[in-house]
Amino acid sequence: MAFILKMAWRDTRASRRRLLLYSLSIVLGVAALVGISSLGHNLRQAFDIQARGLLGADLAVTARQTFSEQALAKLRPLGVAFAQGVTISTMASFGEGSRRLVQLNAVEGSFPFYGEVETAPAGMLARLADGNNALIEETALTQSGLAVGGKIKLGATTFTVIGALKKYPGQSPMASMFSPRVQVAMAALKTTGLLQKGALAQHSVYLKLADGTDAKALETRLRAERRGERMNFTTAEERKEQLGDALKNIFSFISLVGFLALFLGAVGVASAMHVFIRQRIATVAVLRCLGASARTSFSIYLVQGFGLGVVGSGLGVLLGLGLQFLLPILLQDFVPYRLEFTVSWPAIAKGLGAGVGVSTLFTLLPLLEVRRVSPLLVLRSGFDETADGLDPWRWAVYAAIGGAMFGFATLQTGYWQAGLAFSGAMIVSFGVLGGAAKGIIWLARRTRTGWMAYPWRQGVANVHRPNNRTLLLMMSLGLGTFLLLTLGLTRASLLARISGMGAGERPNLIFFDVQADQVDQLAAIARRAGVPLLKTSPIITMRLNSLKGRTAEELSVDPKNGPPSWALRREYRSTYRAAMDDAEKVTEGKWVSTVPIGAARVPVSIEASLAKDLQLKVGDELEFNVQGVPVKAVIGSIRQVDWQRMQTNFFFVFPPGPLDGAPATFAAAARARGPEETARLQRAVAKELPNVSAIDLGFVLRLLDGIFTKIAWAISFLASFTVITGVVVLVSAVLMGRHQRVREAVLLRTLGAQRGQLRQIMLAEYTVLGLLAAATGGGLAVIANSLLAKFLFKVSAIPPWPLLAATVAAVTLLTIITGLLANRGVSGYPPLEVLRQET
Amino acid sequence: MFFAVQAKMILSHGDSFFNYAMTAEAILKVEHLTKTYATAAGPLTVLHEVSFAIAAGATCAVVGPSGSGKTTLLGLCAGLDRPSGGRVQLAGREIGGLDEDGRARVRNESVGFVFQNFQLVPTLTALENVLVPLELRGESGKGSEATALLERVGLGARLDHYPVKLSGGEQQRVALARAFINRPRILFCDEPTGNLDGDTAQAMTDLIFGLNRERGTTFVLVTHDLDLARRTQRIIRLRSGAVISDERTTA
Repeated sequence: MAFILKMAWRDTRASRRRLLLYSLSIVLGVAALVGISSLGHNLRQAFDIQARGLLGADLAVTARQTFSEQALAKLRPLGVAFAQGVTISTMASFGEGSRRLVQLNAVEGSFPFYGEVETAPAGMLARLADGNNALIEETALTQSGLAVGGKIKLGATTFTVIGALKKYPGQSPMASMFSPRVQVAMAALKTTGLLQKGALAQHSVYLKLADGTDAKALETRLRAERRGERMNFTTAEERKEQLGDALKNIFSFISLVGFLALFLGAVGVASAMHVFIRQRIATVAVLRCLGASARTSFSIYLVQGFGLGVVGSGLGVLLGLGLQFLLPILLQDFVPYRLEFTVSWPAIAKGLGAGVGVSTLFTLLPLLEVRRVSPLLVLRSGFDETADGLDPWRWAVYAAIGGAMFGFATLQTGYWQAGLAFSGAMIVSFGVLGGAAKGIIWLARRTRTGWMAYPWRQGVANVHRPNNRTLLLMMSLGLGTFLLLTLGLTRASLLARISGMGAGERPNLIFFDVQADQVDQLAAIARRAGVPLLKTSPIITMRLNSLKGRTAEELSVDPKNGPPSWALRREYRSTYRAAMDDAEKVTEGKWVSTVPIGAARVPVSIEASLAKDLQLKVGDELEFNVQGVPVKAVIGSIRQVDWQRMQTNFFFVFPPGPLDGAPATFAAAARARGPEETARLQRAVAKELPNVSAIDLGFVLRLLDGIFTKIAWAISFLASFTVITGVVVLVSAVLMGRHQRVREAVLLRTLGAQRGQLRQIMLAEYTVLGLLAAATGGGLAVIANSLLAKFLFKVSAIPPWPLLAATVAAVTLLTIITGLLANRGVSGYPPLEVLRQET
Repeated sequence: MFFAVQAKMILSHGDSFFNYAMTAEAILKVEHLTKTYATAAGPLTVLHEVSFAIAAGATCAVVGPSGSGKTTLLGLCAGLDRPSGGRVQLAGREIGGLDEDGRARVRNESVGFVFQNFQLVPTLTALENVLVPLELRGESGKGSEATALLERVGLGARLDHYPVKLSGGEQQRVALARAFINRPRILFCDEPTGNLDGDTAQAMTDLIFGLNRERGTTFVLVTHDLDLARRTQRIIRLRSGAVISDERTTA
């Protein structure tokens, strides 16, 4: 053993710098893994410490309706502190300018009990009650162009902006992009008149419990006691878990990108090792001759391969810890609060383990050759060992690599399906790129190059000559291009789809919270503004009482096999109409447009994915609670809805008649030609119908673009790791072959070649390789994008030519520059070198 | 001439008394050794039914023109390769029945090698190269022994030099020191002077024979240099894969 270690170390003597370079291939992959999982670990730790700060209380009770005095009397004594709040979705007019949907929030009492509220200027929360003062979420305030002291109109009341809300318990950065929080005092909120008009309001009671109280048990007890009162209970622990799960998902999928970079790097390490081992065959033969067993000589190089993994992973860990400072900046929009930086040992262990494990697995492939080196090579160099069939160990290593991919992805995501999909996609990608490389080699060999200038002939020949690096470069560059481009194309497809939403004659402005007596008035306003309403739909809120004879409460007790409890407990906003929409298609059953008066059950149409969640089929019976009135119904049809249309879509559609008497609000859609019309109509509506909210598609589009850009930024940043890894692999591949290159260059120069010609040969070779690798990666990305678009996002893929062309050109250029730089000096060796023996 | 006749007798009458007496202390014994390679043009037999025995402490040369099968024979005798037919007994072990690792152990324990192209490990210093066979056995702390051997071959001042810093003759002397470090019972040399100039070759030869005598090592030399071969006690001539003569020299 001591000899193996000593020999492994001594054997690297002449090539330590080169080996260090090879090990760099995995640095970025490990760094990404460590950075991401360390950040994730810190987040979870922060969650555990600050769990209660996420909710601001130990227990929150929310309801759509105001709490009865009786309910409040029951809840109040449960805690040591008590606060009551209300949140209303409403339109806000910012100064003279824009209008947008906001979450108007007011709290009475000393809320939050935990966590901090941060305002700019500081300490403004206490000044809220001084008058009609408002705090607005920081980003929204910036977007609105208002300054502190500006005016914001909510309902009937005008508020003075006294500052920006930077941090508030329970505030989710993603949600607030769409409708930012506006905080006012409770007394001031009541003057807006928004509470009275049936607007979407959520009432809350916050409790701080005495130390040692079991919040979970209390919640269970309350849930049982207050059954039928439509209250939702959330404990701090539950909120932590919800957020934690969401974050875990984000982190695990991002870390797959890091893992990919690691794999690519490992391919690079393995191929460097392959070349290294080839140069060591003579040494191995001598050792075998002197009596070293196959196992001993194999072990010597295994130790080296392992060492490469350790060095590369170690450097990766250091870089990853540095990266951890950078990631929060990229991910700040997804993370609910700022983080403390601590070194996460589990993350380091994981990065080291994955780095060393994966790179060692890959280096096993070239190392297997060492076992087969015959001592006879000392007598006859060039003796060609004919392998006796396929080495079973090689297949074992392949299987282990596949298993490692699958295992890691499964561990990261928590789903074996995701693991399978990831490893499957990787194997297919490697397979396609490998196949493309073989095809290119075959093609280059067959291509008649006689008509080309000499340097190009030689360059093309370099693609297929013995010891070429075509396969390796195709893999590293192709995979990097593939990943980066898939991300870019997917983003473009999604955005194109969304901008297509409001195209043609489709609505691009939607009004909601229109009261029954305001429908005609809204239509009149719209006509006057020159933007007639396209469609109005009644909206009736309801909940599920029972499904197939079992009550929703009963079913939600056992969520394992039954429908998910969110689907059972949520409030459904349904409509009634006689005709189907053009975005709808009945897939099962029959659309019913009329129902006889006094029918025992109302035939309703249910949306296909909800039918699946609720496990309902045509003919199944159910009962709704329509604001206190039970309505018996039966599934008449199941229909598919194109949710990506910018219009009001519904889970349940009733036929006209049975719901006529139920209290309804209305939604109306309009199509404005251009932003000016939009603004004109919005102003008119705001003036006459202040309770009516509007969504402007143009604004939503800008918001979504912003979000996509941010997400794409974060992912592209990590995906660029694969590209940089590809470049590192490229550099080490070029340096590996440098020896041979120098000899060739010297030989060609001896025969009279100019330095310019030598450079042209290299230029030709790297142009061919870079172009083909980038084009193959690009082709894969186009396929992946259209598959993703079709099956996952259900959008049509856009023709990606400009982006594709730009990426392929950029990668080709990168390859050429890297190749020429790494080969710098090769053409400078004097021809005299040909006489010197290389050792 | 007498020896030649005797040798032929030995070769053809394996059960004669003389042969028996020799094999009793034979360190290398080959019987009906055959080596056939599969080639594109069909099987190619490079060694055909070769048999001989070499007594412990003897010196012997195998000579023959290029392609006569000398190197193949050396490879088989030293356990670097597996025969297609026949048996090889080396240092008391039937090596035909051993697997590669088993043969590696025999080589490590009983055999020393010197090759035409030196075959030093380029990343090891002269001293480290010499120590490899011992370290493979798990023996350490024999630095003084290796130093002594290198001093014996005249390289006491070059212990820490890498092979690239040594001339051909010096490299071969390091190889010689390495060959003797494990106190081999038999030393195989393949054209040990083939890559050396005349004077250096002469010095090298003296050194090999000198060390051999001092240590009583059996010595098998493969060469096409007849002058060199004549310094051994016995010359086996090969042609086209078969032994054509086996004679005692007067050396």
